[in-house]
Order: sequence, then structure tokens, then C-alpha cells
Amino acid sequence: MDINDVRGFATVLMMIAFVGICWWAFSPRRKKRFSDAANLPFEDEQKHQQAQAESESRDKNDSTNK
Amino acid sequence: MGSHSSTSEPQLLGDQSYNYDVVRQFSIMTVVWGIVGMGIGVLIACQLVWPVLNDIFQPYTHFGRLRPLHTNAVIFAFGGCALMATSFYVVQRTCQTRLFGGPLVPFVFWGWQTVIVLAAITLPLGLTTTKEYAELEWPIDILITLVWVAYGIVFFGTVVKRKTSHIYVANWFFGGFIITVGILHVVNSAAIPVSLTKSYSAYAGAADAMVQWWYGHNAVGFFLTAGFLGIMYYFVPKQAGRPVYSYQLSIVHFWALISLYIWAGPHHLHYSALPDWAQSLGMVMSLILLAPSWGGMINGIMTLSGAWHKLRTDPTLRFLVVSLSFYGMSTFEGPMMAIKTVNALSHNTDWTIGHVHSGALGWVAMISIGAIYHLVPVLYGRSKMWSVPLINTHFWLATGGTVLYIASMWVNGITQGLMRLAFNQDGSLTYSFIDSIEASYGGYIVRAFGGGLFFLGMLLMAYNIYRTTLSASEEHTILEEKPDTAAPAVA
Repeated sequence: MDINDVRGFATVLMMIAFVGICWWAFSPRRKKRFSDAANLPFEDEQKHQQAQAESESRDKNDSTNK
Repeated sequence: MGSHSSTSEPQLLGDQSYNYDVVRQFSIMTVVWGIVGMGIGVLIACQLVWPVLNDIFQPYTHFGRLRPLHTNAVIFAFGGCALMATSFYVVQRTCQTRLFGGPLVPFVFWGWQTVIVLAAITLPLGLTTTKEYAELEWPIDILITLVWVAYGIVFFGTVVKRKTSHIYVANWFFGGFIITVGILHVVNSAAIPVSLTKSYSAYAGAADAMVQWWYGHNAVGFFLTAGFLGIMYYFVPKQAGRPVYSYQLSIVHFWALISLYIWAGPHHLHYSALPDWAQSLGMVMSLILLAPSWGGMINGIMTLSGAWHKLRTDPTLRFLVVSLSFYGMSTFEGPMMAIKTVNALSHNTDWTIGHVHSGALGWVAMISIGAIYHLVPVLYGRSKMWSVPLINTHFWLATGGTVLYIASMWVNGITQGLMRLAFNQDGSLTYSFIDSIEASYGGYIVRAFGGGLFFLGMLLMAYNIYRTTLSASEEHTILEEKPDTAAPAVA
């Protein structure tokens, strides 16, 4: 066994890892979970409005301080 | 813009709300440093057209001193601020929690600005390690490390205390970018100081070159790609109003991209003293890199499928989508240039400069600009930017400028490459180096003009943002989704 066997194993290992990741990602069992995750950018509108309300009140404060 | 200025307000939500202060600060500085960095870029482009411009204030305004200032300003000041603004915004909104870290958050902002100012002072003074994109001397490198660790703590601390079960893919890209850039910076900047302003690299010879380009190409791969893909995965879906085309593809995209990019560095050292096998490895890995790059680009663009009409009316979305087209173009061009035989023609010519700017102007700057146009109205509680037609003008200036820039550099690069490889029948060189520069003169003029257009667009952007932050009073009244009915503030 020499360094080229190690290289071969490493290549095979990477191939398995790649196929594994594809299988994990595209497996139908996780479909719902990922479609939930894909909607995360749209899930926090209420919290965002709270943050805006806070910054708005701060604007108001700033302008009265002027 | 202090973070504790509104203590008396009843609606104060404290730990429940998001920290937008730091996002505002970084967003504004993105535009400021963009103008500074691109302005210097236009100046040095003009220096190549009119060499007398080198003499404005010698030796500080010499091309050799301003060029690293330009690259540092656009990559780390403009790009860095854009990444920090967007990552702090996205991580809060997709983890539905306030930024972690308390005083570390302002430290990241002020620390990063200090690094930028120190760069702007030391580089024109000629204080440099001479490592490309890592020119800053060791005391600044240490400050960068501290700021970067704080950045990582804030980012990952926020991810840890998230209120959602899943970590959104944009955060994976931001996280990969933060960890890898930290490692790259520490390893490549390892040096032995001999005085406060002078140090020598800890590596020698070809090993030093390999470490430098392992760093250099991954500055491209993780700073300018992974980080900005994080921007893409949040802002493209958000602006288009629909989730990303394939979330599964984005997972494969992430792991494939980060595991391949790290090997591509040796393509900067083709035909050098680097061992041949390492050069070939760099070339092959660069070629394979096309697959995840295009996977990500397609994923971003296809997010618009069924909503293409939005491109007609929304110039912000146009910025985001066209940036992806430029990303696809430059990630095709890159692997091609990494092929040894192509590299023999393109290396040390303007083709490389054109390739870099196809990525830097077309991809990095345009997606940042799109993200900032999305962010500013949100951060300042406006329904939209002060002038949408002005965004459109900016879009065409940016696109036209980029196209002129890269087209002129292609012509120049191929001209230079062919001239430098031309031999007479007796084996002597047909042209001298200066012949190839003379032949490039027309291209330099077009490049300076294209860069100038891009710069002009940034000025319009700054004005538009300034007016957006001012137009508080009239905007608030037409915001129908605002929950409170309090009288608008008189600004």
C-alpha cells in the first residue's frame, strides 16, 4: 500500500460523501422540512414590524431631541 | 444613532426586537466605502491613461501605492461592510432573534472601520507586506483577527439562540465565509515582525507563494463568493416574493462549493516554481468548481420562474438577477482561465483584471447594491426608495460600465498575450513589453470610462439613500401596513 492507495480511498470517500449529501437533501422524507426551511425569510414579518415600531419611536425621540 | 437612545418609549421591545442599528451603520458605510474605493479605482484607471496623474502628490499617489488601497477598499471596506450589514440582518430575521453579543456588536462595527482607516493611512505611506489582498502590516492584522473573532461570536451566538428549528441556508453560507476567512487570514498573515511597521512572512519561497494563493483564491471563494451567496439566498427570494427555487439544491450547492473552492489556489501559480502536480490539482479543482457555481446561479435565477414580469418594474430585483448572470459568466470564465494552456495566454495580462472585475463589479458589487436598495427602505421604515427611476438609472450605469470594463480588458488581455508570445523566425521576441502596453492604450480609455460610469451610479445611489432617509414625514402617512396610527414625526 502506497500513497496512491490513500489518494484512491480519498477520492472514493469524497464520492460517497457527495452522493450521501445528495441523497440526504433530495430524499422525499425531508421534503416538508426543507420546504418549511425555504420559507424562513417570510416567517418573521410580525417581529420585523415590532423592530420597525421601535426604530420609529426612536426616530420620533431623536427628532424631538433636536 | 445610539442604541440606547429611546429608553422612555412605551413600545420599546428590548430583547424581543431586532438590532437594526448596526445594520444601518454598516449599510451606510457600504455606500461610503464603495464610493471611496471605486473612486480610487477610477483614479488609478485614469493614471494608466494619463500617467501624469501619478504625480498628484508623490510618492503617496503613485499607482503602486494606490492600487492596493483600491483593492482593499472595495473588497474589505465596501464588500466587508455589505457582508456585515446583510449577515447581521439576515441572521436576525431568519433566526427570529436579536443579535447576540451586546458590546461586541458595536466593537465589530467600530473595529472594522478602524481597520479600514488604518489601511487608508498605511498603504499610501508604502507600508505593505506585499502579499496581494493581505498587504496590511502585522499590528493591523492582529486587530482584524480580534474584530473577526468578535464577528464570529456575534453571528454564531445569534444562530445558537435562534427561535427557529432550522438554520436557513443563507446563514450556512455566511457561517462558512466567517470561519474560513478567519482561518485564511491567520495562516497567511503569520509573520515575524522586525518593527512596528515591518514584518517578514513566516513562509519561504514556493511554499510562501502557495500559502499566499491558497489565501488569495479563497478570499475570492469565501469572502467574495460564499458570503455574497448568503446575500443571494436571502435577498433574491425576499425581493422576488417567493422561496428559493430548490432548497435541496442549495444544500448540495453549499457543501460542494466549500469543499471544492479550497483547492483551487494553485491556478494562480501555473508555470511557476510550484510542483507540477500541485498546478494540475489546482487546474482540475477549478474546472470541477464550475458545477457548484452554476448550480447556485441556476438556483438563484430560477427563483424568479413564474415571476419574470417583476424584472420589468423592479430595478432592485434586476440588480440581484443580473448580478447572478455576471456570476455565471465569471465562474465560467474562471475555470477556463485556470486551464494551463489558456493561462499561458491570459496570465499577467489585462484579461485577469477583466475577469476579476466581471466578478467584482458584475457579481459582488451589483448584488450588494441590490441588497442595500432592498434594505434601506426596510431599515428606515419607508415603503420604498425615494426614487425608483433613479435605481433604474443606476442599474443601467452599472451594467453598461461593467460591460465596457470587461470587454475592453478582454481585448487588451488577448492582445497582450498574443504579442508577448509572438516570436520572430530566429526565435527572438517580436515585441517588447512596452509595445504591448502601447497597443492597450485604447482599452485603458474604455476601461476608465466604464469604471467612471459605475462610479457615477454609486453617487446616484448615495443621493437616493440620503433622500430616502430624509423623506420620513410624507412617507409615513402612505404606509398602510404600519400598525400604529400615531402622528408622523416631523423631521
